[in-house]
Amino acid sequence: MKTHSSIGTFAAWSGYRINPVGLVSVSVVLFWALVALFAPHITPHSVGEMIDADYFGPMRPGLWLGSDYLGRDMLSRLILGARYTVGISLAAVFIACFTGVVLGMTSAVLRGPVDMVVSRLLDALNSIPSKLFGLMVVAAVGSSIPVLILTLSIIYVPGAYRFSRALAVNIDTMDFIMVARIRGEKLPYLIASEILPNIIGPVLADLGLRFVFIVLLLSGLSFLGLGVQPPYADWGALVRENIGGLPFAAPAVIVPSLAIATLTISVNLLIDNLPQKIRDRSAS
Amino acid sequence: MTNLVEIRGLTVEATTDSGRWIQILKGIDLDIAAGETVAFIGESGSGKTTAAMTLLGYARPGCRISGGTVRVDGRDMASLSEKERAALRGTTVAYVPQSAAAAFNPAATIMDQVIEVTRIHRLMPPDEARRRAVALFHALSLPDPDGIGDRYPHQVSGGQLQRLAAAMALIGDPKVVIFDEPTTALDVTTQVEVLRAFKAVTAKRRIACVYVSHDLAVVAQIADRIMVLRNGAVQETGSVDDILTRPTHPYTKELLHAFHPDTGGRSAPPVGDAAPLLEIKTLSAGYGPPQPNGQPLVLAVQGVSLQVKRGTNLGIIGESGCGKSTLARAIAGILPACKGDIQFDGRELWHSAGQRSREQLRDLQIVFQHADTALNPAKSIEDILGRPLTFYHGLRGKARDARVDALLDMVHLPRALRHRRPAELSGGQKQRVNFARALAAEPKLILCDEITSALDTVVAAAIIDLLKELQRELGLSYIFISHDLSVIEAICDEIIVMYRGQTVETIIPSARQQPQHPYSQLLFSSVPKLDPTWLDTLNSDADRMRVA
Repeated sequence: MKTHSSIGTFAAWSGYRINPVGLVSVSVVLFWALVALFAPHITPHSVGEMIDADYFGPMRPGLWLGSDYLGRDMLSRLILGARYTVGISLAAVFIACFTGVVLGMTSAVLRGPVDMVVSRLLDALNSIPSKLFGLMVVAAVGSSIPVLILTLSIIYVPGAYRFSRALAVNIDTMDFIMVARIRGEKLPYLIASEILPNIIGPVLADLGLRFVFIVLLLSGLSFLGLGVQPPYADWGALVRENIGGLPFAAPAVIVPSLAIATLTISVNLLIDNLPQKIRDRSAS
Repeated sequence: MTNLVEIRGLTVEATTDSGRWIQILKGIDLDIAAGETVAFIGESGSGKTTAAMTLLGYARPGCRISGGTVRVDGRDMASLSEKERAALRGTTVAYVPQSAAAAFNPAATIMDQVIEVTRIHRLMPPDEARRRAVALFHALSLPDPDGIGDRYPHQVSGGQLQRLAAAMALIGDPKVVIFDEPTTALDVTTQVEVLRAFKAVTAKRRIACVYVSHDLAVVAQIADRIMVLRNGAVQETGSVDDILTRPTHPYTKELLHAFHPDTGGRSAPPVGDAAPLLEIKTLSAGYGPPQPNGQPLVLAVQGVSLQVKRGTNLGIIGESGCGKSTLARAIAGILPACKGDIQFDGRELWHSAGQRSREQLRDLQIVFQHADTALNPAKSIEDILGRPLTFYHGLRGKARDARVDALLDMVHLPRALRHRRPAELSGGQKQRVNFARALAAEPKLILCDEITSALDTVVAAAIIDLLKELQRELGLSYIFISHDLSVIEAICDEIIVMYRGQTVETIIPSARQQPQHPYSQLLFSSVPKLDPTWLDTLNSDADRMRVA
């Protein structure tokens, strides 16, 4: 009851209504972001150092999350893994959504041949299975972080494009777009100022969803050994490395899976529960 | 005899965004006897639809019936359970919505939807229901009553759909029917037919009707008594004669006044010595891919010529689909004309807006009918009005703020509104903002496309007064497109009647000229008069014209 009233007063003070679920999810996301940022400073051990005589060791003081299949400290590996998972995925999702949404709105506004060409090109890209595309690029160019980021973003551009184009086409038929057109407005103003504010909600939700897909695909690529290269590992790679511990219920395989789950679920919950501005006409 | 409907001390509350409850209906009392029609009249937001909906025991999401009783045929709709209410809806009380087009499912045939009520309530076997429906179609004078049920909603016209919605409401043999502004979205010529059909059917079956409207003239034709609402409270209740001839409440007088717009206010147009501001010669425009002869597939405007002199107003009138909006779009360059010349301010204009210069675009502004879609819902009023100032005049910062304030003053809106979004304004306020945006460009000519059609009479009259005032101050010209003759007569120096894409007649109101063309005569005679006997005495020229 106490927390509820404090949230209530905060809402009254800021003019925004904040959902407790949103508050929890933002703290989880922030937590992982901070872990990723300060990873080298907070790892108790080096990632490659074998410190446990036993493999798949249990949780115990000094080895808070147990040890992996080579007897390395799981906590350190997880903390450094956050860097790769959060960093690569965030970079990729922003590039993918930015490119996709800008192209989508542009096609919707310009219509005609531009729309036709861009749509068909991206449809063609979309028809390549994503994992196969990733495998192909990594096999051809070799695995490095910029290559991973670019590959992941290219894979998810067509989806973001389709989604935002569909939304923008609906907005484009509204009279206010017509008013702006016959005022003589140019493309950048039309997409940034007239269309984007009206589709930003669904676009953000889409961004959250795509972030999850990218984390999973990156984990999948790492699982196949094509992601981040040893001794470093992102969370997906940690799961793969330690999959042998599954019959022993080793924390080494459970913990990174939980980490992936908490991050992806929190990002989605956060986007669904963004603070809402309270608009009370009669009160003002 | 007890009354069929008895409302006592009815209050309805609504919740605000921050969770407070406000009373939106403040204690309403009303009796309706069988066979009687009571009209709820008032401006938008007065609570008339909310009051009518309580007869169904329904309050919109976020609202609740908080006090009083609503007895319909002896049962209190306010205290029944949802299940019991559902059993009464369609059989005892029925509802005809404002927009029949939105009320029909586009994927099912009309007949299936009309007889759905009998299926839900298991009133009769489907075959019998179909026979009854056809009988109702006859009674509502629908064309092809035997076959119309097999069509889909998009295959019939708006006026026919509205009558079909009434058939849907009447099939369960209700004792009370609620008509929620059923003719507001229709043309005057169609409205006459629909009103006639409603009146005949309800009178024959002695159905008690509640007729929600903001149009006093329509109500005068169909109602026995009128209840005037404002801000959720009853202002006045009385027989139609009393309200029309002896209104006591100031708001009722205002409503009546709004119906007699001030036509004498316009002086004779200035002598036409100067070159016309806008001159259009044999303009044609249409839709669809170009055909071998260079014309589009469907020609919506064919060879229209017109002239607008500086400081004068031109009205364009006609029913839906006559091409009047297409003409406006062609002039504005939204839909490039396929033939003809547009001369503006002495210079030839490109047909497509994309090729016109910024100056030309600035001088000719268009105001759209639906302020809801013409204002970006994601932007504040300040941004909406400020953009043309920055775009055309390069104003920024303080200068822009001052000009936005001046514009809000010009259209009589409080300056505090500048931080709001369009969704937080009333319909009339939105239309004023819509208009202020056109003024921000400082144009020479404003095309007004049905800008008062979506507004109720009092608000529309205020907008018209505003337009006249601004014209005196700023020396603008308007092209005013509407299907509402009284609005056009109030503001225009010259009226063009359009029919099937062509101009059939030009009328100059100040010369007291009478319409000559049969279609203009039909259009002029279809405008409802405040006289309650108008509908019954209206001669049936209309029908003859329609058949021809």
